[in-house]
Amino acid sequence: MESLIISKEKFPEIINTIVKSYRLFAPTEENGFSGFNIIKDYSEMDLSYLNSRMPPKAILFNQTETLFLMEPGTKGTIKPKEIRNEKTAIFAIRPCDAKGFRILDTVFFGDVVDPLYKANRDNSVLIGLSCNQPDSSCFCTSFGDSPASGKYVDILFTDIEENYLVEVMTEKGKDFINDFSRFFSPASSKEIEAKNAKEQEAIGLIKRNLKVEGIEEKMDKMFDHPIWEEYAKKCIGCGACTYLCMTCRCFDMLDEGTLDKGARIRVWDSCMFPEYTIHTSGHNPRPARMNRVRNRFYCKYSYFPKNSDVIACTGCGRCIRYCPVNIDIIELMNRVSEMEL
Amino acid sequence: MTENPYQPVLATIEKIKVEVTGERAIKTFKLVMQDKKIQKEFNFVPGQCVMISRLGKGESMFAISSSSTEKDYLEVSVMKQGINTSALHETEVGDTVGVRGPYGNHFDVEGWKNKNIVFIGGGIGMAPLRSIANYTLADKNRDQYGNLDIIYGARTSNDLCFKDEFAELQKREDVNVHLSIDVVEEGWEEFVGFVPSNLLRVKPPSKNTIAITCGPPIMIKFVIQNLLELGFKDEQIFTTLEMRMKCGVGICGRCNIGNLYVCKDGPVFSNAQLKNLEGDL
Repeated sequence: MESLIISKEKFPEIINTIVKSYRLFAPTEENGFSGFNIIKDYSEMDLSYLNSRMPPKAILFNQTETLFLMEPGTKGTIKPKEIRNEKTAIFAIRPCDAKGFRILDTVFFGDVVDPLYKANRDNSVLIGLSCNQPDSSCFCTSFGDSPASGKYVDILFTDIEENYLVEVMTEKGKDFINDFSRFFSPASSKEIEAKNAKEQEAIGLIKRNLKVEGIEEKMDKMFDHPIWEEYAKKCIGCGACTYLCMTCRCFDMLDEGTLDKGARIRVWDSCMFPEYTIHTSGHNPRPARMNRVRNRFYCKYSYFPKNSDVIACTGCGRCIRYCPVNIDIIELMNRVSEMEL
Repeated sequence: MTENPYQPVLATIEKIKVEVTGERAIKTFKLVMQDKKIQKEFNFVPGQCVMISRLGKGESMFAISSSSTEKDYLEVSVMKQGINTSALHETEVGDTVGVRGPYGNHFDVEGWKNKNIVFIGGGIGMAPLRSIANYTLADKNRDQYGNLDIIYGARTSNDLCFKDEFAELQKREDVNVHLSIDVVEEGWEEFVGFVPSNLLRVKPPSKNTIAITCGPPIMIKFVIQNLLELGFKDEQIFTTLEMRMKCGVGICGRCNIGNLYVCKDGPVFSNAQLKNLEGDL
């Protein structure tokens, strides 16, 4: 790993240089929230928010995406979709969200590889930005991660006042930096220490902890526990938690088109909706909200650990921040964790 | 280009057989891949499923109902229920459909050699059982299996699938067919009652026997109960499950029962597996 610095004075210039050769996604202000968008100029970027409302999963796993084209009908044909390989950089992705991609990888690169996600992933450089000011819903440290972790990104920027400390974490990150090397100079030990101090300070700001140890084993014995019904009574089934979750990846597939032109597309879907599982016969394996709420928590804290050896939660805090009825995953999971069975 | 697992290949409908008419209409479609090479390389084992699509109307998962000993085509038996299945029912011979697969695990046709097999089906649930039944009954395979019993029922005689085929099988010495309908009908000479009751009447011996059941969830529940009563062990009982499916390859998320996905970890499960599986069925 190589540590560099870039002065904040040079920062606008490097962004405006990157946009010339990359599709650059960066946080921008949208309707009072932050959101990742393609920017063409440094001035469009807004780093004053802690994190985007919509997770950056949307950049690599589009909310609506064409899978292939067709001429519909009983004499129809199929035309493959051209997979675009666009050089993409995601700037100021937070360490928790970058970990989210690592978790999504376990599904999209499982027994079968999803070629659309793969093309996007392969063509993207993740340039992280450490969180110097985590908020009251953040809990990445519960999973042994840090708000200034470079583990899941190619390059990590940390704001150390006059400069950014730039840590090059991967070969992909190195190649990227090499293209823009004139903006960077080697970091001194003082600057590296400054980053460490910022990191410790940020860790200190994270006040909440989700006790992950032993949760999977506890949940093995709690499928019929009344706690799921208790939380289901509060839930209004809006699905916001799933759309805003960096690790939720469920999708629907459907045919769209006119009489002679069409496509099969996929769109994000949510296990919070009854239609998600209903059979054509009318039978629904998850007919009640309790079944759906339970599935969501089991998916993240039991099924993912069993199938992919990782909890599908990064501690980004979005589901806590945006739940309209204040369902708090930390509170729930800590009750599970402390349950006497 | 990378292979796109969501993109079907095209197949032509070679034959359409009306199995059941009326409200719960069922047709069997014989499909041949338009690309001869793909048809030649399309290998499956009974129990596996395929995604079939009337292009523009969506896609649905079906158990392959033909035997894998038939190499030149595959068949699916489709009940008219939703948008895609209704559109499939309107197709004609020569029309094109999209096919993806085969998906999922399968019946252990190798491991069950030298065993007796009892097939217990209800309604459209006979479709996956027809695949393995015809596999074991095929000339080159028949002597590798012991006694074969088919216990099959539907609501009415009209709702019975594959009627003509059962009529043929009833003439054979090397398989026993026990049909039933739920309520009395004039002229019906076989058993009247639910499939689980017919199972108790037939009483297949459990020794060295595999029982495979597929049908409505309520039927499966009582069939399993009755099989256990007849002395079958959990490891001898198999069923094939269905769920709403989209991707077919374990990515889109919806067909899980606990941490397993029916599309790739199923659809075939033993009762021993099902007993240990906590999830929404």
